[in-house]
Amino acid sequence: MKRLSLLLLSGLAVAAVAACGGGPKPEPPGPVTANTDSIAEAQRLEAERQAREAAAAKEREEAERRRQQAIADSLAALGQTTNAVRALLGTMIHFDYDKALIRGGDASVLDQKVAILQANSGLRVRISGHCDERGSDEYNLALGNRRATAAKQYVVSHGIDGSRIETVSYGEERPIASGHDEAAWAQNRRDEFEILSGGENLKQP
Amino acid sequence: MTAVWRSGGLAVGVSAVVLTAGPPVRLTAQDTSAIDRGVRIGIIYRPGVRPGMVVLPVHAPALDSVRAIVSRDLDYTDRFELITLPGGDSIRVTAAAPGARPPSAGGAGRGTAGGGAAAAGTLNYPLYQALGADFAVAVTPAPGDTTIVTVHDVAVGSVRRELRAHLPALKDAGFRLAVHQLADRVLEAALGAGGTAATRVLFVMEGKVYAIDQDGADQKLVSSSDHQAMSPAWARDGRRFAYMEFWEGHGKLFVQEVASGKRAPVATTGQALDFTPAFSPDGKTLAFSRATEEGTDLYTVNIKDGCCLQRLTVGRFYDNLSPTYSPDGQRIAFVSTRAGLPQIYAMAADGTDQQLFAPFDYGATGSSNAPEWSPDGQTVAFHRDVGGTLQVFVLDVRTRAVRQLTSVGRNEDPTWAPDSRHMAFVSDRSGYRQLWIIDVETGRIRPLLQKSGARLPAWSPRLPETASSTP
Repeated sequence: MKRLSLLLLSGLAVAAVAACGGGPKPEPPGPVTANTDSIAEAQRLEAERQAREAAAAKEREEAERRRQQAIADSLAALGQTTNAVRALLGTMIHFDYDKALIRGGDASVLDQKVAILQANSGLRVRISGHCDERGSDEYNLALGNRRATAAKQYVVSHGIDGSRIETVSYGEERPIASGHDEAAWAQNRRDEFEILSGGENLKQP
Repeated sequence: MTAVWRSGGLAVGVSAVVLTAGPPVRLTAQDTSAIDRGVRIGIIYRPGVRPGMVVLPVHAPALDSVRAIVSRDLDYTDRFELITLPGGDSIRVTAAAPGARPPSAGGAGRGTAGGGAAAAGTLNYPLYQALGADFAVAVTPAPGDTTIVTVHDVAVGSVRRELRAHLPALKDAGFRLAVHQLADRVLEAALGAGGTAATRVLFVMEGKVYAIDQDGADQKLVSSSDHQAMSPAWARDGRRFAYMEFWEGHGKLFVQEVASGKRAPVATTGQALDFTPAFSPDGKTLAFSRATEEGTDLYTVNIKDGCCLQRLTVGRFYDNLSPTYSPDGQRIAFVSTRAGLPQIYAMAADGTDQQLFAPFDYGATGSSNAPEWSPDGQTVAFHRDVGGTLQVFVLDVRTRAVRQLTSVGRNEDPTWAPDSRHMAFVSDRSGYRQLWIIDVETGRIRPLLQKSGARLPAWSPRLPETASSTP
């Protein structure tokens, strides 16, 4: 509706200008002169003023929209970073049967976590150790505990404050692969990394 | 089946083990049965080792289930040959002279003399002798809601004992336990041995704790929370049990009353991973494992006063877990990884005098776990990795000799019955993991629960009467 009236007004303005018919350029806006004997002239000026106001309002609106867009864009970018960092942080590491030693290939995975923890000083995480179903049920709680602790010790030895990391063991109680073969067991012998707090906005390391 | 049980066994002809009797020495046998899916085959006993037992048919319909439960309990003692009467249960072979007073009907003179006399009517003893019976058991009703169980000594030709019981109604929650207790009294009367009929087994299935009668009936859920549970353990009085639950980031211990179902968290510092609780025999102390960043170690806490956490082991670079008390409360057997793989160790109950308990060959013997001290104190059962699968072993406490008990499939988490000769354990011998019971002395095996996923069994002591209400 607003746009329609703007269109109408500008149409009037153009018509008014055209009515002058190639005469002198429209007077620059200024103090309205005493030339008030022409009703058409008064109407023209009024239309012009309204058109200017409408244009200005439109411009302000556009600026505001761009500003909002910029904020939204930056927020989205930030969210993408947070998700990417979260995914990195959540990467699991795996273990050999009945072992709690960090494998060579998993050291780089832990190095990433060290970097993330360094870049985000408010971040606290919990490491949970898990086992496959082959060992003794209760012994696996102790084994899972050593697996969680091994990852924590690695991270702490690379400069992260130990109070930012909790450990827990679930033994063989929470498998992620349900099979009864080496493929499933290998997936289940793992450490999981979970954000406890400070994970709302994460910076890329 | 017209033949008596023992000739039936011969007819099947699967001769696996013939035992020799050595009177004071505990008889032992390996579990050599094939996958038997509930059918008793595999072992033939030397005639005479196990006395023959006839449980006479009853003519009172109300007592049918009593007879059935008592009969099965007596069979499950693995101390008798249960003899099926020729012609099945329809014939009761009685003496020609009914009403004659038995020579030694103990307690029969106390009230209801008429019913007692009828119940204890003498039998045609020579006939039962010919059938191979040493004992005959009759279940008869008597006035005043009394049930009389008469134990006849067939060889002597007289009544050995007359047992009276007021049984709860069939639908009463305490009915089965009361009947089981009657069965234990029959065993006591016949052989002077303590039974295991009035016991239940706790176990874990899908993260919940359940209880089931030792004869496989009456399974009940006993844990009430949504938290994943593990490691149930009985107190010696049979009135309480403990177990562990996973809570957000740690493991909590609870003690629950059997009768009321009420539970209370154990007063520990509470924020670590506490697991494998074990009651001291006097019921005042709970020993348990605690996993921290320093490793897993053994602690005790005074559960009577809810205080006095005490650390028993300092493992730093190795783990100590799964405590089990000796029945005198003086020693604790446990698992330690101090030599690399987990093995069975023992120490004084205050943590001193730690030493290797179950010998092993370094580098050759597999991991050993889940020890449980037998109620008679003579043995410790545990499981050990043999060629990549687990088998149940028994350690002789005095000689330190270790004997493998199982060999079929994967067998783990043994728990002793109060008679120290039966044991429940988890086995996948039938294709999936379920609970089984083995008689260590004869090697006879039966399934306790044919459901997949049941594990971590804990066999109760003989249960007190008040525990009969629904847990």
